[in-house]
Amino acid sequence: MSNYIVGLVIVLYLAMLFVLAYFAEKNKRSKWTNNPYVYTLSLAVYCTAWTYYGSVGIASSSGISFMAVYLGPVIALPLWVVLMRKVIRISKQHKISSVADFISMRYGNNRQLGALVTLTCLFAIIPYISLQLKAVSETFSLISAKGGYESTGFFDDSTFYIALLIAVFVAFYGTLSTDTSEHRKGIVATIALESILKLGFFLAIGIYITFYLFDGTTDLYTQASLQENFEQLTTFGGLENGFNWLFTICLSIFAIFLLPRQFHVAVVENDNESYLRKAIWLFPLYLLLFNVFVIFIAWAGNISLPATVNHDYYSLLLPLQENNYGLALLVFIGGFTTVISMIVVSTLALSTMVSNNIVIPYGFIKTLVEGNPEENNKRIKNIRRVAIFLLIIIAYFFYIRFSAQLSLYSIGLISFVIIAQLAPSFFLGLTWRRGTAKGAEIGILVGLAVVFYTLFLPIISQATMPGVESMEEGLFGQAWLQPAHLFGLDYLTPESNAFLWSMSFNTLTFVGFSLHTKGNYRERNYAEMFVNHENYGNLQEGGFIWKGEAYVADIKRLLNRFLGEQRTNRALQFFNKKYNISETEERADARLINFSEKLLTGSIGSASAKILLASVSKETPISLVEVLNILEESKETKASNKLLREKSEELAAMAQQLKAANKELRIQDKLKDEFLDTVAHELKTPITSIKAASEVLEDEGMPPELRNRFLENINRDSDRLDTLIHNILDLEKLSGNRSELDIDEHNMSITIQKAIKGVEQIASKKEIKIKFSHKEKVFAAYDEDRILQVLTNLLSNSLKFTEPHNGRIKILLEDLNKEVLVTIKDNGRGIPEEDKDYIFDKFYQSKNQNVKKPQGSGLGLAICKKIVESHKGSIAVDKKFKKGTRMMFSIPKEQ
Amino acid sequence: MMQKKILIVDDEPNIVMSLEYAFKKKDFEVFIARDGTEALDISNREKPDLILLDIMMPEMDGYETLKRVRDNIDLSHTKVVFLSAKSKEKDVEKGLKMGADSYMTKPFSIKKVISDIEDLLG
Repeated sequence: MSNYIVGLVIVLYLAMLFVLAYFAEKNKRSKWTNNPYVYTLSLAVYCTAWTYYGSVGIASSSGISFMAVYLGPVIALPLWVVLMRKVIRISKQHKISSVADFISMRYGNNRQLGALVTLTCLFAIIPYISLQLKAVSETFSLISAKGGYESTGFFDDSTFYIALLIAVFVAFYGTLSTDTSEHRKGIVATIALESILKLGFFLAIGIYITFYLFDGTTDLYTQASLQENFEQLTTFGGLENGFNWLFTICLSIFAIFLLPRQFHVAVVENDNESYLRKAIWLFPLYLLLFNVFVIFIAWAGNISLPATVNHDYYSLLLPLQENNYGLALLVFIGGFTTVISMIVVSTLALSTMVSNNIVIPYGFIKTLVEGNPEENNKRIKNIRRVAIFLLIIIAYFFYIRFSAQLSLYSIGLISFVIIAQLAPSFFLGLTWRRGTAKGAEIGILVGLAVVFYTLFLPIISQATMPGVESMEEGLFGQAWLQPAHLFGLDYLTPESNAFLWSMSFNTLTFVGFSLHTKGNYRERNYAEMFVNHENYGNLQEGGFIWKGEAYVADIKRLLNRFLGEQRTNRALQFFNKKYNISETEERADARLINFSEKLLTGSIGSASAKILLASVSKETPISLVEVLNILEESKETKASNKLLREKSEELAAMAQQLKAANKELRIQDKLKDEFLDTVAHELKTPITSIKAASEVLEDEGMPPELRNRFLENINRDSDRLDTLIHNILDLEKLSGNRSELDIDEHNMSITIQKAIKGVEQIASKKEIKIKFSHKEKVFAAYDEDRILQVLTNLLSNSLKFTEPHNGRIKILLEDLNKEVLVTIKDNGRGIPEEDKDYIFDKFYQSKNQNVKKPQGSGLGLAICKKIVESHKGSIAVDKKFKKGTRMMFSIPKEQ
Repeated sequence: MMQKKILIVDDEPNIVMSLEYAFKKKDFEVFIARDGTEALDISNREKPDLILLDIMMPEMDGYETLKRVRDNIDLSHTKVVFLSAKSKEKDVEKGLKMGADSYMTKPFSIKKVISDIEDLLG
């Protein structure tokens, strides 16, 4: 295939990325760019050319050990999710934009440490980027026509221009905002798409090779098993190899946390913590899919291709051998895609680190303080852009100079080993509050030194002075100092060896120095905040604790330089409003310092932000005890707020109850008033009658017959008055407690007979028959006089409203299981439907009691009800009974 | 002078009996009703000069009766006097506000009632 066509495809592909990034930036808030799938796919930037090409190479020569690098993340992902949640929270709170910023802030915004971490990352990643370039260059020459144009220097090397184009892409979309904690949707969207492409193309070539070139996996296995080294390719090896596996897995676990590009996509570009939940299963699945066909492609390559070709590129060479150029081009594009996403995110992350942790804090801070906001913005962006270009160019030259000797796999592992040097200060920093900046710095330095000695020295000496004995035999001829087999461990791979010893020395020095030195107050405070992060959620402004003297005007001036007047004013207005601070406040408090520090951190990194704020404020050391006190106070405030809220809820509930009780009382009061009114009225009526009658009786000329009638009236009204008073008192007594009752065991049958006897006279006078035929004994505990009163009252009512001569009253006594039921039924005129609900109310007298008012106090049934209820029984009128009145009451047998 | 017609409305027969005796003695023509409905019937028929009206009565109470009397043009000259056991100040106020010509409370002195009514009728 002509390399011009390939070149054209590359340019078209890059153009597409530009367009995609443009649209993603334009639709920043769209669902397409903000979802857990894009997030998880962006995590797949973990899979580089090493995965895409290198795995096959390893699988073809040393078997399944390539898997270790992917097993690590899969195994560690649950832990990753838990820790990442914490890291993301802390980073968002402090506007952290890189792993260097994160570690530097943990150790008190330590400038030196930030720079050291950045350098470590540069050491690790630049060779790695060059290896990516190498992959592009090599695959480019594989796919383009043999004997075509051969480059002679970097100016006519296509890889150089590809690298430059990538740099332009990153420089453009990576520096749209000065604030590095701002999300770069455009870049993330392209990364996500690229993750789909690279997986898709790799699966496509896997399927093609396994099922088209061969007859499925069984066929491949049968053919591959005939190869000489097949045994070695399919076993884990002995215990020694087990250690290699273990170390590689550990290495990859550290890498998934610490690689600058992983930190960038996982933490800095994270929109929402909840995305982690999707990643926990989707990301391992992605890695698994990526590895399904590796082994088959490797076998296929071993079978069909000569041993002299580069094993890494089996996936490209196999379709080429079959003259399937279309598929080969797809594979090439997939690999290219893989390379681009890795380089883009890595340079983006590294350039941020370089600018915020080295260039600005060490060189430019003075210039920036003196500059105006637009200039500063431009300067900061330019620093980053230059860094991006420099990084890629350095990587390119590194590739030209060194990479000939190294495979993708080994450079990848070396990169991991170097990055792993950050692990002790990162992981222990999150969990162990004693860790200090000094410990971290020395630990990293010692670790790097060991890596240099065990890994680089042999490589360099091999490259520069082949055959020098000292490296083979150990320093000073001491066998135990042999770089590749330190302390005589000779079964580890060079990378495992380097990892084991560098990590051991690194961790030991970190812990040792941390225990021996005591960090300054700032370090200790941040340590406390990172380790016990949950506790600081309730501290205002993310828990930054600061003590000292500063003026709002100074801070404002400082912010103006970086944010511009407009943004500064808006930010301060927001701040004042949030914390209810007066606009005229002159002195800055800890919250403003922290707020400003955060604003600046996004633009210039935490170390520089600290330096700048220190320049306009006089900070006094604050002890950890004070910090803990502040924390305690804020906890207490929170607790007391909670208490207050509970109390106020309680009060509200009580007020509600009081209101209800008040209402009830008012109703009772009104009822009482009404009752008294009615009582007064009922008493006045007979008195009026008596008074009037006695007045007319003064007339001496009144005929004796009439005189007698008036006297009779007076007599009857006096009786009525007496009954009324008696009943009122009775009712009042019954309304009190039931101790008034004289309860004893009685036979209800007898009581009823007594009641009948009491009204017999009136009944016989009106010729009304009362029928009660129950002869059995029904015992119950009750106050006989009271129940007699009830019975008499009910019988009297029946007699009163039943026609003379043909009136019938029937009494029924029933022995229910636990109660006694008495029913009194008559064939009188009955109670009007509308009155049935009220007849038991005090003074309620049916309005239809004929024109002539019947004799009664209006209290009889009310008293009956009280009596029955005080026996815990119930009384009711049968609402459905139409042929007269049917009343019944029941009382329990035992009181 | 023509005999004055008085209508006594009360559901308490004993009270009515005494009043009837006393008014007849004073040469009034006395009519008796036991509730509001009956009172309106008699009023329409007899056009009494004065109605002595109880308030708390079954069916139609005194207030309603008064309203109906006042609504009837034929009874425009009829005076209405409440005679009630409701003796609180606000009851009296309410009665007068509703248009009663006078308000007397129970228990009462028959002599006083008669002299007041004679004054009222001029």
